[in-house]
Amino acid sequence: MKKDKIRVLVAKVGLDGHDRGAKVIASAFRDAGFEVIYSGLHQTPEAVVRTAIQEDVDVIGISILSGAHMTIFPEILKLLKEKGVEDIVITGGGIIPEDDAEKLCQMGIGKLFGPGTPLNEIIEYIKEEVKRRRKKAD
Amino acid sequence: MEEKTKEVKDCGCRGGSFYTSISEKETIVQEDLEQRIKRLSQKNSRFPCSIIPEDKAYYKEGDIKNFRPEEKLGEPGKYPFTRGVYETMYRGRLWTMRMFSGFGTAEQTNQRFKFLLEHGQTGLSIAFDMPTLMGYDSDHPRSKGEVGKEGVAICTLNNMRTLFKDIPLNKVSTSMTINPTAFILLAFYIAVAEEQGVPLEKLRGTIQNDILKEYIAQKEFIFPPEPSIKLIIDTVEFCAKHIPKWHPISISGYHIREAGSTAVQELAFTLMDGFTYVKYAIERGLDVDEFAPQLSFFFNSHMNFFEEIAKFRAARRIWARWMKEKFGAKKPESCRLKFHTQTAGCSLTAQQPENNIVRTAIEALAAVLGGTQSLHTNSMDEALALPAEKAAKIALRTQQIIAYETDVPDVIDPLAGSYFIEYLTNKMEKEAEEIFKKIEEMGGMVEAIKKGWPQKEISRSAYEFQKDVEDKKYLVVGINEFAEDEKIEIPILKILPEIEEKQVREVKEFKEERDDIVAKNKLEELRKAAEKNENLMPYTISAVKAHCTLGEIVEELKKVYGTWQEPPNLY
Repeated sequence: MKKDKIRVLVAKVGLDGHDRGAKVIASAFRDAGFEVIYSGLHQTPEAVVRTAIQEDVDVIGISILSGAHMTIFPEILKLLKEKGVEDIVITGGGIIPEDDAEKLCQMGIGKLFGPGTPLNEIIEYIKEEVKRRRKKAD
Repeated sequence: MEEKTKEVKDCGCRGGSFYTSISEKETIVQEDLEQRIKRLSQKNSRFPCSIIPEDKAYYKEGDIKNFRPEEKLGEPGKYPFTRGVYETMYRGRLWTMRMFSGFGTAEQTNQRFKFLLEHGQTGLSIAFDMPTLMGYDSDHPRSKGEVGKEGVAICTLNNMRTLFKDIPLNKVSTSMTINPTAFILLAFYIAVAEEQGVPLEKLRGTIQNDILKEYIAQKEFIFPPEPSIKLIIDTVEFCAKHIPKWHPISISGYHIREAGSTAVQELAFTLMDGFTYVKYAIERGLDVDEFAPQLSFFFNSHMNFFEEIAKFRAARRIWARWMKEKFGAKKPESCRLKFHTQTAGCSLTAQQPENNIVRTAIEALAAVLGGTQSLHTNSMDEALALPAEKAAKIALRTQQIIAYETDVPDVIDPLAGSYFIEYLTNKMEKEAEEIFKKIEEMGGMVEAIKKGWPQKEISRSAYEFQKDVEDKKYLVVGINEFAEDEKIEIPILKILPEIEEKQVREVKEFKEERDDIVAKNKLEELRKAAEKNENLMPYTISAVKAHCTLGEIVEELKKVYGTWQEPPNLY
């Protein structure tokens, strides 16, 4: 299937309600021309994976500030693998210590962005990553 | 000499508001420097939507026309309390240095409390983990990975006992940052006080218990707005009758600001939330003077120094006038807006974290000049993780330096009468009144929240601010200016996974060891009382004493009240 626009699911997973970052990012993606689905708050990993597959997204962007990242990212990755989905970029941001980010990266999670990251850096990363994966699929 | 040092001092300033010193290497190109100076001097030293007009370099008498100090200011401790809520302010007693802390297990937090008390802290402040805040026991599947992470896990009476082990509850004042489950945590606290032999009238403290700002900003909610407000008014009524020194609500602007609002939005939304609680309590049949003196507030102190001071002064004046004129308060105490302040977490940077000590000091100074009753200063590492011990100590020391080494606390409201400060205070008040009007036209705060209006206003401000940072209209040192390639080297507090395992095991044991029949009966009594719309505080206290857990109480009440989901919209 040929898609033009990059489709991104921006999701808040877990109990943490700090949605400032997620909403700013979602707005920035929208202004950058992406098609954005914003999940709303308090999603479970199951719900995120279900939405991502239904909406046929290229990217899942997870915002976590609760410290639960070492539980939530691997869970999403596992559920996607179970469904046989391996071409979705999983990225995200929040308060995530560097060594945790490295561990998650080794598991197959994409780049994770901390506080103070310029919006453009994230947008460019997604464009590059999606381009690379779509090429691979062709 | 210029050639040698290549140092330029005070290179950029507008109205004296921005000074900097740039040391550059020998290779500096003169044109670059000139460009940089030009850009810095054009910089708006303001947050977006700041109410300070850009074209004015100084203020004079004409900017506060018809200013009558006796009406606008009054004396300290007297209506309209613009100058402060007490006659003697910090000359009588310093503000309470109240550092928010809590992580991992109840034992660990108990240790941290004792550490802080030994270092001169005068009040405790508890941060709870997400499951406790959202009404899940630690062993609930939705709690997985979140136990003890953002704060301490307290879902059983045993947890609360451990949290205050060897801390006599008649000797400390305790602030609990807890919202939809506040009534349950208050019940735990009351039960522990009784076990310690401390009478309820001796208890001093605060539960945040401000659900309106949860719908608006922090997004920790369980039940729909109406039953949530009912539970809050239950605690207001209970405290008015039984715990006279307790603050049953801390009406909070802090989170509204952290979610991205401007200073004026923070002021207006917070006060409107306060008026809403007052209205509901009066509708319950309470006399305004019976409960209003127990209400307290919680504001943010951000980087726009003067704007923050004006915000605190305006808040006091508006509250006093509304309480007297609109709600018919007769006691002066009902018109006094007392508040806690926390420096702005969202002003901290993960980059060059030591700079956060300076940011926090400036924000703390604004809070003190604004007449705060208590203060939390953020630790430099909070954009990276929970505060490590040393970072938390420096933050406390920052307050102690302001308190003991400067002359700031010696004179009450020292900035009063400044053309600029009075102009700003007036302007804050006027713009807040305009927002009140909009909310009233929507049918009040609860209706506005259901429409998503304050939520969208805040999201818009947050996005505009971020774009200003990206466009360098707003400079953040170490982020979009003076950035460095660096390896961050400060110790970071990590919560180990074993903590969750231990807490989950203890909660399971706690449930196994109790008399299940008694516990089930208490839950049923609670549910029936909710169906009959009775005050639920006595039933909750009796349930926690029978070892019902936080999660069980919440699940029982969901059967009556249902739950609340926010429609996921941007703006």
